[in-house]
Parts: sequence; structure tokens; C-alpha cells
Amino acid sequence: MCLAIPGKVVTIDAKTGHAQVDYGDGTSRTVNVSLVDVKVGEYVLVHAGFAIQVVDRKEAEETIALFKEMLEMAGEA
Amino acid sequence: MFELRDKTVADEILSQLKAAKVKLRFMHVCGTHQETLVRHGLDTVLKKCGVTVSQGPGCPVCVTTAREIEEAIALARRGYTVASFGDMLQVPGKDASLAQVKAQGSDVRMVYSIEDVVNLAKQHPQKQVVFLAVGFETTAPSTAAVIENGPPENFSILSCHRMIPPALQAILRAGELRIDGFIEPGHVSTIIGLKPYQLISRQYHVPQVVAGFEPLDVLMSVWMLVQQVQQGKAAVENEYARAVNAEGNVKAQRVMRQVFAAGDVAWRGFPVIPKSGMFLKPQYAAFDARKRFADDLSVLAGESFPEPQGCLCGAVLRGVCASQECPLFGCQCTPQTPLGPCMVSREGSCRIEFQYQKK
Repeated sequence: MCLAIPGKVVTIDAKTGHAQVDYGDGTSRTVNVSLVDVKVGEYVLVHAGFAIQVVDRKEAEETIALFKEMLEMAGEA
Repeated sequence: MFELRDKTVADEILSQLKAAKVKLRFMHVCGTHQETLVRHGLDTVLKKCGVTVSQGPGCPVCVTTAREIEEAIALARRGYTVASFGDMLQVPGKDASLAQVKAQGSDVRMVYSIEDVVNLAKQHPQKQVVFLAVGFETTAPSTAAVIENGPPENFSILSCHRMIPPALQAILRAGELRIDGFIEPGHVSTIIGLKPYQLISRQYHVPQVVAGFEPLDVLMSVWMLVQQVQQGKAAVENEYARAVNAEGNVKAQRVMRQVFAAGDVAWRGFPVIPKSGMFLKPQYAAFDARKRFADDLSVLAGESFPEPQGCLCGAVLRGVCASQECPLFGCQCTPQTPLGPCMVSREGSCRIEFQYQKK
């Protein structure tokens, strides 16, 4: 139920509060973005037709590097 | 870019866990975490490292009570249109599920989003359209946004929305199980942030890590909990920083506070959990199906709805019983012939166990 899928915002219709979101696998859907502040090109997590949060792309890209750093530090301790 | 499946990192986590020589039990409260654990065999490798991870009441479909399902069935049988998410339709009621009631001629719809239900109500102004609104804090903001926006007059909701933090407290208070730490649900946390967990860590001295849903997210969160235990810490840490920030989604919190008031509600397998339910505030009573159809629902007053005979879903949801320990598991109770909701829902621990282990 709490499944949420990341997708890229392609267009936003400010009047209706909906955006076209591309999931990168050939599918795209209209999503309600009234619960988030998002710009075209950013990634959102979509749950039950609503964007619930904007994904921090920099954090996402650095996640594995951060894990490696934490593990290394613990390994040395 | 959002997939975390680096084998060398996984191996390093597991080798450090093995070296730690611990014997610990953690609990998560999210069916998607259970899916990641079982689908990728992480539950088995973690056990070999001395870490048991149990699923708690983290499946909205599963914790919805038999009474709430009967309310929806009663409204469908009275001739109203009832809509909900897919799995809800298959949960057995006293003598039928919503899907079976649909087969008998009632108007029951499966929807992907509450907006589908609003559109249905707009297209059929002569019909009463009721949304069986289930879900935790991840889902409740979408319901709240629709209600605040003023849906059509013939639309109403049967709110079964529930909050996770009061359930964590209920589990810790009951003390049925020693829990050395919680893996907190990433998507609930995108909404509520970290603060609600901090109160719990302070009160019960329990380590908590908010985790994402990739295999490495779950392994890393276990590793972070083990570090905390070894250092005697009981902090709230965030493994899922790419989607969760400390304050959460403030817009979503505002609309939930605007529309819902916290109330006491029973969860399947649990007694009433204080202030864990989300009920429409009086100013939105016009959209509250329990008020609009109070006469239709009065037939349920005083009735009790016992669990299906032999079904251990309640104990499974409290984490005190594993799915395979239920004598019905895989025999009388399968995804094709589910007796309890944990075998119905894609987030239910029995369904996940059956799907990936085929026992």
C-alpha cells in the first residue's frame, strides 16, 4: 500500500495541480502534485496518484558512496 | 539511478554483521520492507548473522478490522457504489468479500487513486459513491487534499486511515516481544519526518532507522541498528535521506491536520490503540459515510466480528507468530483461498511468504 514509485516530472499544469510523470520504462501518468513543490525535470515519489515527496537526486547519487564510507570507518574502528 | 544493488557493499555489510556476533530482533512496520526482505532472501542471510527481522502491523489492508470491512459491505449491499484499492476487495468478511458482493450484483469498484473515485462521483451524480479509505500517513494526505478541495456532494469516505507511531508505542507497551530496534517505514516517513519517532526513542530507549526499500537500504538499516545497539544508543537515524527529510512533507501534514482528528481505533490483532485513527473533523461531516449512512450502518451495532476460525493474522501482525507457524498457512489458506487478510494483501506477510517460498 505504501509503495511509491519514483518518476520524472515532464510537464506541470499549475491550474489543475497535475503533472505528467515519466517512470522511465515507457510509461507515464498524470499525477496530482498539490502536496509537493516541484519543478519540471525533478523526480517525485508517486503513491496512489499523488506525488508525496521530491527525490533529492544528489542524495540518491551519493547513497552508495556514503554507505561505503560508513562501512570503512566502522571497519577501521 | 534509484536502484541500490551493489554486491560488494552488501558483502561488506554482511561480513561486518557476522563479525559483530549479535543475537538481536528488529521489527519493521511496512509490507514493502517485508517484500524486499523475503524476495531477495535477506531474511535468511540476516538470520545467519544473528538478526531476526519481524514484520509488525505494517500492512494497512491487514490491520483494517472485520467491522470496517462489514461497514463497506453493508453499504454496497444497500445499493451504494463502494470503491477501494485492489487488495481491500478480496479481504473475507463475515460471509463474503467485497469482490464476492460485487459478483452478486453490487456496485463495487477497484481504483488506483482517490481521484478516480471523485471522477466516478462526478460522472454519476445520481449515485452515492463511497470510498473505503485505507492507508497510513503515506495515503491519508491524498484523501485529506480531496476532502479539503470540496468533492462532489454524492461523494463520501469511510475513513480507516491510521497512524504508525501510536502502533509502535502500543507494541512497546504490550511488551509481548523483545524488540531491539525498529526499521521505520520510508514512505510514511516522507510525510511525517523524524520527529514522531524521536519521542518514542526517548520514552522507550529503542534505536530506530528510517529505511528505503532497495535491498541495500534494508541491509544498511539493519547494520545501522546493530551499530546503535553496540554503542548503547537509542537514536533516530535516517538511511533514506534521498526521500526523507527531518521535518517531512509539511504541506501534507497541514492538510491532514486540517481535515482529520486523531481518535481511538482498534487494529486487527490489537485492542483499541489510543489516538491512532484518523477521523473527519466535524466541519467535514457531510463527507463522512458513517454519519451520512448512520441508519444503514445501524444494523451492525452490537454485532461482534470474530476472526476466521484458526486464523493467526492477529498474532502475525503483532510479530509474535511467523506466517508458517499458522496451521492454515499454505493448506486451507492460500492467495487463491485466503482466510485472513495477511494472505490477501501484497503487503501481508503470509502472502509474501507464500509467493516467494512456495510453501
